[in-house]
Amino acid sequence: MKEYFKNVWTWFYTILIGMKVTLKHLFASKVTIQYPDERYPIPPIARNRLQLDPDLCNGCLQCSRICPVQCITVETLKVVPDDPERPMMGDGTPRKIWVPRYDIDFAKCCYCGLCTTVCPTEAIKHTTDFEYSSYTRDGLIYHFSAMTPEKVEEKKKLLAEWNAKQKALKEAAAKASSGVDKKES
Amino acid sequence: METFNIFDRLLGENILSALVSVILPLVFLIIYALIAILGELKISAWIQERLGPMRTGPYGILQPLAEVIKLIQKEDIVPAGANRLLFNLAPFVIFAGSFAGFAVIPFTAAFVPAEINIGLFYVFAVGAFAVIGIVMGGWASNNKYSLLGAMRSASQMISYEIPGALVILSAAVLANSLDMQKISALQSGPFWNWFLFGGPGDWSKIWILPFTLLLSLIYMISSFAETNRTPFDIPEGESELVAGYHTEYSGMKFAMFFFAEYSNMFIVAAILTVIFLGGWNSPFGEFMNGFWWGLFWFILKAMFIVFIQIWLRWTLPRVRVDQLMYLGWKILLPFSLVCFIVISLYRIIY
Repeated sequence: MKEYFKNVWTWFYTILIGMKVTLKHLFASKVTIQYPDERYPIPPIARNRLQLDPDLCNGCLQCSRICPVQCITVETLKVVPDDPERPMMGDGTPRKIWVPRYDIDFAKCCYCGLCTTVCPTEAIKHTTDFEYSSYTRDGLIYHFSAMTPEKVEEKKKLLAEWNAKQKALKEAAAKASSGVDKKES
Repeated sequence: METFNIFDRLLGENILSALVSVILPLVFLIIYALIAILGELKISAWIQERLGPMRTGPYGILQPLAEVIKLIQKEDIVPAGANRLLFNLAPFVIFAGSFAGFAVIPFTAAFVPAEINIGLFYVFAVGAFAVIGIVMGGWASNNKYSLLGAMRSASQMISYEIPGALVILSAAVLANSLDMQKISALQSGPFWNWFLFGGPGDWSKIWILPFTLLLSLIYMISSFAETNRTPFDIPEGESELVAGYHTEYSGMKFAMFFFAEYSNMFIVAAILTVIFLGGWNSPFGEFMNGFWWGLFWFILKAMFIVFIQIWLRWTLPRVRVDQLMYLGWKILLPFSLVCFIVISLYRIIY
């Protein structure tokens, strides 16, 4: 009998304790962040969308090779030595390779950050931007190359001309040397 | 304060005043339901330290309206194996049962839709309609979970109605009446004249003071069971029975169940207010007392009880079926019986 009343009292009393706790939370300051209006501060080292600085990229292809999901597609073009433009890298050294195409497919990207660690010039970096959803998958393919198609065509032509010139020079040299060889023998 | 129906005086005792008396509680019920749904959303959110709805209107106050519109738009699905007649009838039976309770609720000294002298008995009787509707809906759905929920509801009703009835009986013994208006009028004066504190009378009421407090507590607990709300939402039990008896309902019919639940919440709060918290009486005696103040006090007190119901819902987990039986039969029933006997003795002696 004593046990019964004790139990009843305990049940009643513990409910009051529970209600006290919830009442305290009822008036506590709220933790909700109303997202589009307010934002949680994102740490600067957060691994979100990648951003390439085309001025710094030297086209070494290391990022494309290390990428575990093959989401980076890079095409390169050699810079001809007698380029009238005399292109420079972002850090002031002469550019050796053009990057006509540098695409990242963010639908594939797994945000591992390996491309940023291997990049020798720190051209590719993570940003804190995470709001870039798209209605189509093509909308998630980002083109980072700074070159216009006309410029790419022009540089391709230049390279082809230079290659042809080199070839001709080589052939001429080969002919000359073979003539010398014949004479000697 | 004398009691009357203001519409009978304004319009004469004809069909028009009767119509107004019927429609007014319905309008009140709709407005109250919207406020209570918003309260439920907001209080549950605040207890969990969230903000709750914030986008629909300023501070999300239009959220319940949006939900009603959403429910109206929804497709009305009747399961293939369901008993169509009973399935379609059930939500209306439940709602009619809970709305019928409003007939005797004395909103103020000058307005009670139907002033009948067995109001307390009547409201308790029509309150049991809800269980008929639940069993009807659960059985007609042709779904094992619905049927289980309905059966649980019926078994739950037996265990809570008896202590609840004993509390009402004690209140009737104390007030010497079953008329809600008379019970309210009896408790006029300052708040220590409420039946919660032993009712009007001299210092001899100190003998029954603990028992009336206990009785109000018992009624509160059994009213939670009556509204099928969380500490006792065994018939609904989301984690066990999907949604219990209204699993198969959608759209407007589900809204009727929802509406009936909130309407029931108000009815039990109103009964508690009338029999223990002095109905429409001001807690400060003649200060702030009168026709409009009566409305204010009544709704304030009832809404406070509704708030406690919501508060408790977000505090306690669901009790098990056997725990509810233990509570109903082994705790509430003996306690309410003892209180009833003590109060009856007190009435005989004094």
